[in-house]
Amino acid sequence: MSRPENTLPPDLFYNDTEALKYTTSSRIQKIQSSMTHRALQLLQLKSPSLLLDIGCGSGLSGEILSAPSSAGTPGGPHIWIGLDISSSMLGIALEKEVEGDLFLADAGQGVPFRAGTFDAAISISAIQWLCNAESSSESASGRLSRFFNGLYASLRRGGRAVCQFYPKNDTQKTMVSSAAVRAGFGAGLLEDDPGTKNAKTYLVLTVGGGELDGDITGVVRGMEGVDVMDQRRKVKGRKRGEEIQGSKKWIIRKKEQMERKGKVVKANSKYTGRKRRIAF
Amino acid sequence: MKLLTLNFLTCAIKTCKTSPSSFPLHPQDSELEIVEADINVLFLRNMLPRLMWNELRLIVNELGLPSLPETAPDASSLLETKLQVPEGDTTGLNIEKIEVPSQVAKDLHRVLLETCIREGKLVCGNCGHEYKVMEGVANFLLPGHLV
Ligand SMILES: C[S@@+](CC[C@H](N)C(=O)[O-])C[C@H]1O[C@@H](n2cnc3c(N)ncnc32)[C@H](O)[C@@H]1O
Ligand SMILES: [Zn+2]
Repeated sequence: MSRPENTLPPDLFYNDTEALKYTTSSRIQKIQSSMTHRALQLLQLKSPSLLLDIGCGSGLSGEILSAPSSAGTPGGPHIWIGLDISSSMLGIALEKEVEGDLFLADAGQGVPFRAGTFDAAISISAIQWLCNAESSSESASGRLSRFFNGLYASLRRGGRAVCQFYPKNDTQKTMVSSAAVRAGFGAGLLEDDPGTKNAKTYLVLTVGGGELDGDITGVVRGMEGVDVMDQRRKVKGRKRGEEIQGSKKWIIRKKEQMERKGKVVKANSKYTGRKRRIAF
Repeated sequence: MKLLTLNFLTCAIKTCKTSPSSFPLHPQDSELEIVEADINVLFLRNMLPRLMWNELRLIVNELGLPSLPETAPDASSLLETKLQVPEGDTTGLNIEKIEVPSQVAKDLHRVLLETCIREGKLVCGNCGHEYKVMEGVANFLLPGHLV
């Protein structure tokens, strides 16, 4: 299947015709609904919460967020606020009279809510669009960092976000998840049906503080099948025998890394990584 | 847009983020509507500690709505107990105690979740930027030079 992200910017791609086609396709409804339920399962909401839906589109996820727990929405009904860059998609959400508040907004410009607003955030099939710079004056990495920084600040301490997205390739997957880590999130990647054409990638994000105080990646790490991305883990939870920064093992590995990048490094010797005696 | 949302929304312009006058945004030329919704006391209780009460009172005044009390209600005042005859009991001998949303909760629900801005604009107190609201949807798309 071709990637719409390669054809047009999102607000032009999701025009009236495409928005209607998208929302009324029973195949799409079914897939988006199952991914929303998966994301909710990962969010583990216990009671009615205030949620942000990034790239909410016509509100296919929103309708599920508004449903009571008796209808299968954990902790529901929730109150949600949706952002989307396509007025046609939002127009359909209005026609459907979804319960959430809607904003015409570009997530790549940030998240205009005060600190600690949301209990959690959800995004289904949207954030890969952030990797396309809309105009020449912008870079994809600038858009990603504005988005994740804004999202991080707008979530309450101990809050979570789950973003299902369609990375173009591994480079893009890494670019997105490392932007989240740089914004301060504890991050993990979860793949459902990896290697098949139905593969789904979920970026699971946690904010430190609150109930999670101390170890911000603890929750993500405890989840089955989630690959923790956070770099800090190595430093924090180092086991005996693992390499220490500045040790011989570490220096050798760094040298190998630099050599691979084509840099000239000094040959290893028996003195490599030894403590230098203080000379008087 | 619910007044609840307005209690969390800030100006999107980067240089405003650090300025206290960029929150709350001030509604102008607004047309309000009431959209009825089921009351959810658990949600209200969850939101209470996060509300900026003084700013909510300010907005309510700016919109010309009846004033809110000076201090935010206490979470414990959201429910009250009611005595009632158990359903289907015709003996008239039994009575049960149930918890129901209090008037305080109903009023809060009305203001936060049912009172909505349908048309108008939201104005930043710091930079003066105007965000249009049409059919309840606010336009927060910024021209490139303001991002
Ligand atoms: C595949 S649709 C998914 C819609 C909805 N989340 C769902 O699951 O049905 C992708 C949506 O992301 C929106 N989108 C793309 N780029 C965006 C951006 N920079 N900011 C906000 N929304 C964006 C598109 O307009 C579109 O509605
Ligand atoms: Zn401003």
